[in-house]
Amino acid sequence: MTLDELQPVPPEKVLVEHVYKAFPGRSGTVQALEDISLQVAEGEFVCLVGPSGCGKSTLLNIIAGLEMPDSGRVMADGAPVTGPGRDRMVMFQEAALFPWLDVMGNVLFGLKLKPNLRNADRREVAQYYLQLVGLEKFAMANIHELSGGMKQRVALARSLAPNPRVLLMDEPFASLDAMTREQLYGDMQQIWSKRRKTILFVTHNVREAVCLGDRVMLFSPHPGRIREEFRIDLPRPREVNSVELATHAREIMTALRGHMSSPVA
Amino acid sequence: MKRKLLVLGFFVALLGIWEALVRLRIWSPVLVPSPGKVALYLQKSIVDGSLFHATGITMKRLLLGYLAGLLLGLPLGFLTASSKFCRDTIGVVALGLQTLPSVCWVPLALIWFGQSEGAMLFVVLMGTIWSVLIATDNGVRTVPPIYARAARTMGSKRLHTWIHVILPASLPFIVSGMKQGWAFAWRSLMAAEIYVTIITGLGLGHLLHYGRELNAMDQVVGIMLVITVIGLLADKVFFAPWENFLHRRWGTQK
Repeated sequence: MTLDELQPVPPEKVLVEHVYKAFPGRSGTVQALEDISLQVAEGEFVCLVGPSGCGKSTLLNIIAGLEMPDSGRVMADGAPVTGPGRDRMVMFQEAALFPWLDVMGNVLFGLKLKPNLRNADRREVAQYYLQLVGLEKFAMANIHELSGGMKQRVALARSLAPNPRVLLMDEPFASLDAMTREQLYGDMQQIWSKRRKTILFVTHNVREAVCLGDRVMLFSPHPGRIREEFRIDLPRPREVNSVELATHAREIMTALRGHMSSPVA
Repeated sequence: MKRKLLVLGFFVALLGIWEALVRLRIWSPVLVPSPGKVALYLQKSIVDGSLFHATGITMKRLLLGYLAGLLLGLPLGFLTASSKFCRDTIGVVALGLQTLPSVCWVPLALIWFGQSEGAMLFVVLMGTIWSVLIATDNGVRTVPPIYARAARTMGSKRLHTWIHVILPASLPFIVSGMKQGWAFAWRSLMAAEIYVTIITGLGLGHLLHYGRELNAMDQVVGIMLVITVIGLLADKVFFAPWENFLHRRWGTQK
């Protein structure tokens, strides 16, 4: 026995193995996920790309612990996922911010659930993350007073504040206009370089995926499967409108079309 | 300032028309008392303490019954919203009884509790509970599920989710239900007080009733004024601050 085998090798941050999930639909069961396996390393930014209905959001919900797979297993930090946990924060497509709390109250929500913290510290942490997303001046603002982009920034601050090890993002920028979105790509990259979270990012926007991800996993629907994997080695920060990025995106788009037209064997 | 002056002007004009109509002597002064006479009655009843005494008794009944209605209605509403069985059973009972005018509870309350405070509390409670229950149930049902999901990922568990997410998220509904419950409670208590003599204390409704028996229209109109003003104050003092807060936070104000 070697020393290597004695010491537990640090497991992947997120490990998905042979996950299956079906939903009852109007016309029989829909196989949302079929034999999904995925490994995400510590600090890695992985994008899940595919057309709607390919099960990528379902996979994210399963990793979040909001839904359970029919079979297969999901591990986070070497421990099986049995339910939602603070180590895996989710950011949803709609901001899902709480309208009865102001901006500060929203960012504090998750922090208040974290034990062994003094309230003053909580406020300080919340303040730090509001600053990180550039909204420190809006701490007292009501949610309805914010623009769509600002709301998603608050949501980002709220999910970063409890310092999760994994951040699960479900099409967080899908409902924003192009200009706001491009601005957020820059912010995202900056924040990621500062905080080095492990991020799983669901999107149907190929350029977005290439702009943000270390790896892009291509999904195809009916049944939801991972078809191909692309490693993006472009230097950061990346500019979403750059030619190199467009080249990568085109390659993935072509692959995506190929999978859409050819039925699964 | 100008707005306040206009409002003041409106009420002064109203009093003026009232006074003018009385002076025209279209109706007998026994039937239509002048504003002065009503004011005189109010002054007299304030000085001899009878008005405050009656108001105190009425308010105590109202508040106790109302609070009991809230304490029962809120959790029951949560219950019907979260369990299909409770909705099919308690929810249906609530829906049915809400349509029953709460004064209809008076005969039953008298037989069960006698001419006592218990009967009064019961009537007020029945006036409050159903609308609070139904509003809470509605409110909880319309809470977008994404709120609870988001809270769960942040580590919120059952009871915490109820207190910190479901309850505040359904607050706009709950507050309007509480307001409706208050209005029903107030109406039912007045009806009960006018309808039956309660030996344990004479409230505003009784003063109104005795005013009629004594043909003292100044008393009748005076007490009606007091009841109106109390209703108005309750709205401004209890509910308006809540509603303003909700409008501000949710951005529902024009």
